[in-house]
Amino acid sequence: MRTTGFLVVCLVVAGLVFAAASAVGNDYVFFAGYVVLQYIVLSTAWNILGGYCGYVNFGTAAFFAVGAYSTVAIYKFTTENEFYGVPIPVLMLIGGAVSGIIGFGMGYLTLRLRGAFFAIATLALAVVLQTLVVNWDYVGGSRGAYILRPEAVPIIGAYIKYLFLVMMMLAVAALTVARTIENSRLGYGFATIRDDELAAEASGVPTLRLKLMATTISGALMGMAGAPFPYYIGYLQPDSTFGLDYAVNSIAMPLIGGTTSWVGPLIGAILLGSLQQIATVTISSAVNLLIVGCLLVGFVIVAPNGILGLVHKYWQRKPEDFVGRRRVETDAPGAVP
Amino acid sequence: MIFSVDLLVNAVISGILIGGFYAAVTCGVSISFGILDIVNIAHPAFIILGSYVAYIVNISFGFDPIITAIVMTPAFYVLGAGIYQIYYVSFEKHGQESLRGLAFFFGVLFITEVSLVLYFGVDYRYVEAPYIGPTWHFGYVDIPLRILVPCLVSLLLIAVLQLILTRTFVGRAIMAVAQDQLALRLMAVDPIRIKRIAFGISIATAALAGAFLIIIQPVEPSVGRQYIGRVFAICVLGGMGSLPGTIIAAMLIGIVESLTSTFYGPSWAPAVSFGFLLLTLAVRPAGLLGR
Repeated sequence: MRTTGFLVVCLVVAGLVFAAASAVGNDYVFFAGYVVLQYIVLSTAWNILGGYCGYVNFGTAAFFAVGAYSTVAIYKFTTENEFYGVPIPVLMLIGGAVSGIIGFGMGYLTLRLRGAFFAIATLALAVVLQTLVVNWDYVGGSRGAYILRPEAVPIIGAYIKYLFLVMMMLAVAALTVARTIENSRLGYGFATIRDDELAAEASGVPTLRLKLMATTISGALMGMAGAPFPYYIGYLQPDSTFGLDYAVNSIAMPLIGGTTSWVGPLIGAILLGSLQQIATVTISSAVNLLIVGCLLVGFVIVAPNGILGLVHKYWQRKPEDFVGRRRVETDAPGAVP
Repeated sequence: MIFSVDLLVNAVISGILIGGFYAAVTCGVSISFGILDIVNIAHPAFIILGSYVAYIVNISFGFDPIITAIVMTPAFYVLGAGIYQIYYVSFEKHGQESLRGLAFFFGVLFITEVSLVLYFGVDYRYVEAPYIGPTWHFGYVDIPLRILVPCLVSLLLIAVLQLILTRTFVGRAIMAVAQDQLALRLMAVDPIRIKRIAFGISIATAALAGAFLIIIQPVEPSVGRQYIGRVFAICVLGGMGSLPGTIIAAMLIGIVESLTSTFYGPSWAPAVSFGFLLLTLAVRPAGLLGR
């Protein structure tokens, strides 16, 4: 399918989801749905570096928080100067740009080293950034910052609906980017890095440049997901914004769904995101982290290629599906059958 | 900022003492990550587990936390050996340790932490021991016993570990497994068994480190997170798997953190170790005493 076709399908699905959510007639659906959409963006972004290149990023929360705090900084600046109403999409672009730059710098510092060091350095980055934010009074420091969000938006109605729509568009954009990368030369380059970096380097793949592109794109998407967050939550506080919950979720979702294709993070985020929303309401928020942890460990041990891997395995068991098998092999390079 | 000699001396001394404790926290990772190449992100979670074991025994029977921890090391050793077995069978055997192994340990970290939260809640817990209250004074230098005792025991622990690694057959095999597995196999030693033993030892040190932690400060389940970066910073700075290097790096980071919190305020201290880590990774990835 061509990218434009894919985009149209995505937009149609997004429109249907929005219509269905509106039909329920309860704003809570939008509050819960926003979180799921946010996780779709975060896990897709994580997968661009983690799934395609094989570099584990534990610092999702850091990039997310950079997006959120750049919004807070802009909010403070604009309200102090009596100039209101920077639209959310603009905030997203700014948050994305700042996170992208940080992703690039981060990659430049550590990507020459072995993979494990990169993973640890991303953890470190999260703490350094958190310390900076805690000590930066302008954005509220450790006390946190309040954002007053408008009650309603013309045409759309309640503000949460607007946020939901914006996040939905971002999710569509993220999925399109991920799918485009996957089917392009860039995606094949990423796959060579994941499978054997040394061999890739030896055959002339510019590995460092590709990895820097991956960290930048991935970081920028995470920052964009974080930018509208202050408006969603209303009160932003460093401990929760930098929480490891984001990190574990954005790792668990692609690994549970399957990391080799854009569909994996989508499936994982929808399943796990909805499950958590239900668990938070019915049991408690501590239990839902336990569920995520157990599912993550269970899946990496039992089903290393996630739900997608299970599906492929199931298809390949049928002897008449020879055509389908070939299609699978050519469509998803590196997909372990 | 008021600069004075007694503040400086006190900060350096408390940094050295805290550094001794950091060395105990890190030596497990120096073995698992430094020597065995297993990125055990969940190590701090096992330390917290050790703290809670010391806490339960101390509250119910009044035993000394350090003695409890020494008694508990075999249990932690078995736990570690079991985890290595799962890790080996599920990941290392298939060469999938980089991505999925990391995710596995990250999941283990979460499961341990959340289970502790669900069972004990998020209240701070502390232990009782005769050396927790008093402080020795030498002129204007204060040495709190609650930090001195863990520091001394920790140095002892590392000395014992170093002796095991350099003087015993198993210890030398552990050092060898890092360099050449095939050669080890040719010497009729099962590298998997050696790695299992080494990983068990690394988790066993977490029992002791946990007891030190709860002696030094009150503990709640998510305290471990602050140690993830610090531990890896010390391990990398110390030169990956060198125990003397670990002590030097731990004391260095202890001193710098202590100076930062004395002269700039405690809220800046966490950034120090991570700053060090990023700097080390960027400038000298082999660490201070690198191989």
